[in-house]
Amino acid sequence: MNPSLTLGPNLFHWPAEQRIDFYNRIADESPVGTVYLGEVICSKRTPFFDDVHLPAVAERLERAGKTVVYSSFSEVVIKRERNILMDWSRQEGRDLEVNNTAALLHLTNRPHRIGGLLNVYNEDTMAYLAGQGATHFSLLPELPRAAIANLGAKARDLGVGVEVQVFGRASLALSARCYHARAHARTKDNCQFVCGEDADGMTLMTMDDKPFLTVNGIQTLSYGYLDLMADLDDMRSIGVTHFRVMPHTCDMIAVTRAFDDVLAGRIDVAEGEAKLRELGIEAPFVNGFYRGRAGHDWVPRAAELA
Amino acid sequence: MNAKVKPELICPAGTPAALRSAVDAGADAVYCGYQNATNARNFTGLNFTPAEMEKSIRYAHDGGTKVLITLNTFPPAGKVELWKEAVDLSAKLGADACIVADIAVAAYIRDHHPDMRIHLSVQAAASSPEAIQYYVREFGVKRVVLPRIMTIAEIKGLVEEIPCEVETFIFGNHGLMVEGRCSLTNYVTGQSTNMDGACSPASCVKYERADDGSMSTILGDYMIDRFGPEETAGYPTICKGRYKCDARDGGYYAFEEPVSLNASAMLPQLIEAGVHAFKIEGRQRSRAYVKKVVAAFREAVDSIMAGQEPKLADLVALTEGQKQTEGALKTKKWR
Repeated sequence: MNPSLTLGPNLFHWPAEQRIDFYNRIADESPVGTVYLGEVICSKRTPFFDDVHLPAVAERLERAGKTVVYSSFSEVVIKRERNILMDWSRQEGRDLEVNNTAALLHLTNRPHRIGGLLNVYNEDTMAYLAGQGATHFSLLPELPRAAIANLGAKARDLGVGVEVQVFGRASLALSARCYHARAHARTKDNCQFVCGEDADGMTLMTMDDKPFLTVNGIQTLSYGYLDLMADLDDMRSIGVTHFRVMPHTCDMIAVTRAFDDVLAGRIDVAEGEAKLRELGIEAPFVNGFYRGRAGHDWVPRAAELA
Repeated sequence: MNAKVKPELICPAGTPAALRSAVDAGADAVYCGYQNATNARNFTGLNFTPAEMEKSIRYAHDGGTKVLITLNTFPPAGKVELWKEAVDLSAKLGADACIVADIAVAAYIRDHHPDMRIHLSVQAAASSPEAIQYYVREFGVKRVVLPRIMTIAEIKGLVEEIPCEVETFIFGNHGLMVEGRCSLTNYVTGQSTNMDGACSPASCVKYERADDGSMSTILGDYMIDRFGPEETAGYPTICKGRYKCDARDGGYYAFEEPVSLNASAMLPQLIEAGVHAFKIEGRQRSRAYVKKVVAAFREAVDSIMAGQEPKLADLVALTEGQKQTEGALKTKKWR
C-alpha cells in the first residue's frame, strides 16, 4: 500500500451496487492508502448510497488498511444540505474534508481537511486555515506549478499535507442549476436522477462536434482527463505529499497500480503512461493547468524541459 | 435585521467617467477597481490608476456617494503582496469599503486596517447562513453580496439568520456558474477568472464567417456558438454558448440563454425581504448606459419608498433587445 496515493470522492451518481463492488475491489486490490467517501455534488443523491451503505463501505476499506476520510458537499444552500453538513461536521472518528466554507463554521479548532473545491489559492489563506485546525489541503485543479511550489513550501513549515489531483476529469465549475436535468428538459426538483445515466459525466460538444466539457449535475468538468504522472517526482520535490486519482469507470485498479508503480520506481514514467493509454479512455489526457497553460493542453514533459 | 430599510443603490464604475455619471445620477455607492489582477473585471481599457482613484473618490465623496473598491479575486501563492498593496492604497485614499473574496485578503484588512469596512464579494460564494456567519465571525464582514442563485424566499430567510447586511444583484449581465467557483476560462485560454480577473478574454476571441453566411464565435480552440445569417452573433462567453449532447437534437444553451438579469419588478419584494443594497452589474458598460440605468433605478427605489408606483418601462429599453430574466429570484424551478 502506498500512503501517498489517494482515491478522491466519487463525483458521479453510480448505482449503489456498482459503488459497493467498486469499493470492495479497491479495498482488496488497490494500493491507495486513503479513500475519500461521501457525496460532494448533489444532496439529492445521498439516500441511494451515503445514507444506507457508507458506514459499511468505510469499515470494509478500513479493515483492508485504508484510511477513510469523509468528503462533504460543495454547494450548501437549502436547509437539508445545511443540516446534513452540520451532522457530518459533528462526526467523531474520521476526518471530514471541507468543500464549502459553511463547514468551517462548525469545524474551527477541530482537525479537518480542506477539499479540492474550496478556494485556497495562496500561502496566507493556507496558514489561516491551518491555524484553525486544517491538517491537509487538496489543491484546486487550476493551480499552476509556481503556486503549488509556494503552497508546498508553506505546508512544510506548517506541517500540513498537500494533495494534488493527478488523474481524472478536473472540476471546472459549480452552479446552483442542474445541467443534467436541463439537458433533459427537466429542473433540479424533478430531475428523476437522470445524471445516473452518465457514469463518467455527460459530454458537451461544440457546434462543430468537438468534445469540450463534461456535465455532472451542478458540476462542469473537463472533457480531458488529467494525467500528471510525468510530474510526480517534480511535485514531491516542491512539497506535494499526496497524489489523488479520481474514480471513473475505467479500470481503477490498473490506474492506481500504475501510479503506485511509478511512485515506487518499479516502472518508469513512459511505461506508466503507456498503461494509462491502454485503458480505453476515449478522451485525451491533459496537463495544461500544472504547466501554467490552458487546462485542456497536453504538454509533454520532455518538450517543456527542452 | 429585518426592519424595512431603504436600500442603497450600488452602481458600476469601469472608468472615472462612468463613476462621475453614476454619482451624478444618484448612486448611493459606486464600485470600482484597479488596473490589475486584483479585481474580477481586469479587462483592457477598464479600471483606475491610483491617481484616477484618488480623484474619483474625492468626486464621489463631494457628491455624497461612497466608493467600494473591488479586490475580489484570489491572489495566487507568491503574489499576495499585490493585493495587500491595493488594500493599503485603498485605505490611504479613503475608500469606504473593500469588496473581497479571499480569506488572506480579508485577514490582512482585519489585521492592518481594522477601520476599513469589509464587504464579502459574490466571488466568495457564501450562499448559506453558516458560510456568511463564518466570514462575519472571522473578519468582521459588514455586508455580503449574495450569489445570484437564491430565491427571494431564501434571501428573506437568510437575512433573518445573519448578523450583517445583504446586497443583491438586480440588473445586468447574468453569469450562471457560482461566481468564484469557475475555471472554465482557464481551461480554454490559460487565463484564470479567479486569479487573473479574466472571463472569456477578448484577446482569445475570434469571429468566423462561413460561406453559408453563418457566424461562428470562438474562444481559444473552441467554438462557443454558431449563428445563422439572420441571427445576431453574441460574445463567446463559455456559459452562454450553444453546445450539443446526446440527449438533445442540435445545439442548445447547455447552461443558460444569453439573457440579462432584470429584477426591477421585484424590488418591492426584495425591500420587504430586508435587502440592504441593490447592485447593478456593468463595469464594462459605457457612461451613457450607466447614467440611464442608475437614474432609472434611483427613481424606482425612491418611488417605492415613497409608496408610489415606480416607472420601470425605461429599463426594458436598456436591455438592448436582450432577453430578460428574473434569474433565480422568482422560483427555484430556475435550478
